[in-house]
Amino acid sequence: MIPRAAACLLALWLVLAGAMLPASAQPASDPTPLAYRDAAEEARFHALAAELRCVQCQNQSLADSNAQIAHDLRREVLDLMHQGRSDAQIKQFLVERYGEFVLYRPQVESRTWLLWFGPALLLLAGAAVIATLIRRRARALPPAADEPQEW
Amino acid sequence: MLPELGQILLILALLVALLQAVVPLAGAQRGHLPWMAVARPAALVQLALVGGAFAILTWAFVHQDFSVAYVAENSNSLLPPIYRYSAVWGAHEGSLLLWTLVLALWSAAVALCSRQLPAHVVARVLGVMALISLGFLAFLLFTSNPFARLLPAAAEGGDLNPLLQDPGLVIHPPMLYAGYVGFSVPFAFAIAALLEGRLDARWLRWSRPWTNIAWALLTVGIALGSWWAYYELGWGGWWFWDPVENASFMPWLAGAALLHSQAVTEKRGSFGGWTLLLAIAAFSLSLLGTFLVRSGVLTSVHSFAADPSRGLFILIFLALVIGGSLLLYAVRAPGLGPAEDDPRRGFAATSRETLLLANNLLLACACAMVLLGTLYPLLADALGMGKLSVGPPYFGTLFLVLMAPLVILLPFGPLTRWQRDQPSRLLALLLPWAVLALLAGGLAWACAPQGRIKTALGVAAAAWVLLGTLRFAWMRIRSAAPGQRLTAEMTGMLLAHSGVAVFLAGALLVESLSVQREVALAPGQQLQIGGYQLRFDGLDQRQGPNYTADRAHLSILRGHREIGALAPEKRRYASGGQVMTEAAIRPRLSGDVYVALGEPLGGDAWAVRAHVKPFVRFIWLGALLMALGGLVTATDRRFRRLPENP
Amino acid sequence: MSPSSPARRLSLPLLLGGAVLFVAVVALLFYGVRRSGLADRDSLPSALIGKPTPAFDLPLLHDASIRVRAADLRGAPYVLNVWGSWCPTCREEHPILTRFALTKRVRVIGYNWKDEHADALHWLEQLGNPYLLVLADTDGRTAIDWGIAAAPETFLVDAQGIVRWKHSGALTQAIIDNELIPQLVQLERAPAGASVRAAP
Repeated sequence: MIPRAAACLLALWLVLAGAMLPASAQPASDPTPLAYRDAAEEARFHALAAELRCVQCQNQSLADSNAQIAHDLRREVLDLMHQGRSDAQIKQFLVERYGEFVLYRPQVESRTWLLWFGPALLLLAGAAVIATLIRRRARALPPAADEPQEW
Repeated sequence: MLPELGQILLILALLVALLQAVVPLAGAQRGHLPWMAVARPAALVQLALVGGAFAILTWAFVHQDFSVAYVAENSNSLLPPIYRYSAVWGAHEGSLLLWTLVLALWSAAVALCSRQLPAHVVARVLGVMALISLGFLAFLLFTSNPFARLLPAAAEGGDLNPLLQDPGLVIHPPMLYAGYVGFSVPFAFAIAALLEGRLDARWLRWSRPWTNIAWALLTVGIALGSWWAYYELGWGGWWFWDPVENASFMPWLAGAALLHSQAVTEKRGSFGGWTLLLAIAAFSLSLLGTFLVRSGVLTSVHSFAADPSRGLFILIFLALVIGGSLLLYAVRAPGLGPAEDDPRRGFAATSRETLLLANNLLLACACAMVLLGTLYPLLADALGMGKLSVGPPYFGTLFLVLMAPLVILLPFGPLTRWQRDQPSRLLALLLPWAVLALLAGGLAWACAPQGRIKTALGVAAAAWVLLGTLRFAWMRIRSAAPGQRLTAEMTGMLLAHSGVAVFLAGALLVESLSVQREVALAPGQQLQIGGYQLRFDGLDQRQGPNYTADRAHLSILRGHREIGALAPEKRRYASGGQVMTEAAIRPRLSGDVYVALGEPLGGDAWAVRAHVKPFVRFIWLGALLMALGGLVTATDRRFRRLPENP
Repeated sequence: MSPSSPARRLSLPLLLGGAVLFVAVVALLFYGVRRSGLADRDSLPSALIGKPTPAFDLPLLHDASIRVRAADLRGAPYVLNVWGSWCPTCREEHPILTRFALTKRVRVIGYNWKDEHADALHWLEQLGNPYLLVLADTDGRTAIDWGIAAAPETFLVDAQGIVRWKHSGALTQAIIDNELIPQLVQLERAPAGASVRAAP
């Protein structure tokens, strides 16, 4: 009697255990949170990870992504920081492996001059146009009169 | 049967739109009154037809008719009832129908609220709006039919993306579209003026409230999207400069420039050309945004499924509408300047006209910068320069650089007189407050636990804008006669500019002062973050309507005194097995405590991610104030009394 | 404003500039639309093309005591296929890869990425093992050096250890015929002992 009940219970437990297995398997990973040496390192890490792009996702930063490769790359970045590398060196490390795509802040080089300096040039050009316009319109000013204006 | 009726209604709407476009525009061109009179009733009929089609699609969702392909793809028998309504606009076809419905609503509103306008203006405005409607209805019927059948009917639906099963997402798209699409009114008005060959200040005065309301709704729509992303996406960000977010931000920037430019043109007769161009730009950017989101051109978590044939259709429509408008502008606009002998035409370097030009320039450059950054990866790819990424570090940096002058000049605007003013008078009014703002910044620098420079700048900027704005209010209250102190227009301006100050405080301070920690916690363990302690009390399971959740219970302590509790969850949805993180937030104006679960670590321990986000609520509060300001301005009696002489 | 002012025109350079800008933007967007239909529009090109493979040192999946280094694989070209038992798309490409491997045109080497040992072996048992040998990278560190972002991915490496081609996503017969084989043909034609020295 008792052994049979135990067998039933065991079977039930096995079925339930099987039912609780995840629907889609995940790659082997270590989900332990990263360990920082101090608050300054943690802040530096977050700032750096925000400037890097998750290489697999549809536009998420390395800091925000939950993709497997993002976990691995975050661990890698922290390891490199512990090895004493600078932010620039870590970025270079990733660019060598994944290309410029991995940088959210495009490097300032000839092919990104338009990107980085375009808006400022537009502003200067616009300011020049406005200055010319003001000079022309100032000539058309009627003589000074201090009448009340509608706001 | 009903879905087929829905399709028929759309076909009829297309025909009515054709009628509403061709007949009134031809009538206005020839001065033929009966033809012009077709516009108003046609707009109302179109609303009834499109509204009917939308109601039928909603019915199909509510009754879970899986024989309609769109319903089968985006709904599920386990979907909670309220999300059956919002699933209507959860994907491409339905959201496009919503776009068309919103356009029909705006057209009907124009038809009903334009008694003061002459018939030929109304005819042209409604005619242009009908042309837009025509394009979208054609797009729906030829490439994106929401009523296409799936035969045999699916036994079970694909389900609405769990990310979209959320109250925030129920109102965010309709608000956004109400704003975006609302810019079609000033656009249609600008085209009407160009076709007419003249820009009458009376009609411009009529169009101002429409722009303000559309802009206010767009502000709310964007703010809702930001707020939703903050609490739903699980990592505490509120703006990502994602291409789809940029697609809604660009019309907002152009719209902000537009509503200021309209004020100048309406009151002083100047800059009509700029106002018309901005009206064309704002709606063009709305159309561009619609294109970017649906065409698969840009990579984004946000975009609808890509289909090159759909993309091509919208691109051609876009090119025709924008190209046509700009061509019309190039030909007609130069003749529309103020008369050479208009005494209001001249202005000095120190004048409100100059400040408004600067405002337009800075907002236009910011808009151009966002467009450049959004399209640059595509440009680099097209020119064979490889795959580049342009992300928040670019947008954030340049946006701050461009907005800094705007923030500095903002308080001067309302105080400066038209045409000519003395710099000394303005400095005398505002210098004490500038000093006060700098002192506030200094105080912030001294008190900030981290990020001192950014905190100081944020406090100084916000204080400067707020104090400068209040100075204007003070001046009006003291100097003007009672009953004439603050018009609705001024009140709206005060609210909106104060909203800018509040937003600045929130956006800059949350960036400089926020703290983030990710640790492994077992039940009973605590984590220390930003003056709070978070104690992990335990985990339990919870069953939702269409998901099961692991729910963690955390207590928040401050100085070892319990002040609250949080319950973040990890949900697994039944229909597709997707796992979603639901963050738990303790919301306070002074700052949120924000907790999300990571992965289970074995032995009861879990990875827990906690944030403290000081003043983050100021961001959306500031946006709401801006929107409120826009709405209040629209109520000014000035816009309902049109002056006698032009 | 009345049209009483003398007829003014927008200056020609402004008109021309505006028109050029407009056409350029539309052309760019048209390019974008065309590109959006391609299956690989989101895939990252490899940063290693034309460069030596990383200097790896990995154990065999089937016998952890045997380690394989980059230098060991030099002498003839090989195809490196990144897979995992957790990856559903790898399952889809498996028959096509197997068919290609059976042609014995080139060595096909497996790279088991971030997998549980038992799961990987079980997967190969179930589906068949097309690989000459399978490297096991359990912690993923070496994969970062290869610039691997997801599975499946496939590399073609020449006899001197230089990476020549990479494909992200499942292999299809079309990709093998139109991209991989032509690259192989090029390699087979090139003189042996090419210029770049690979890392040890």
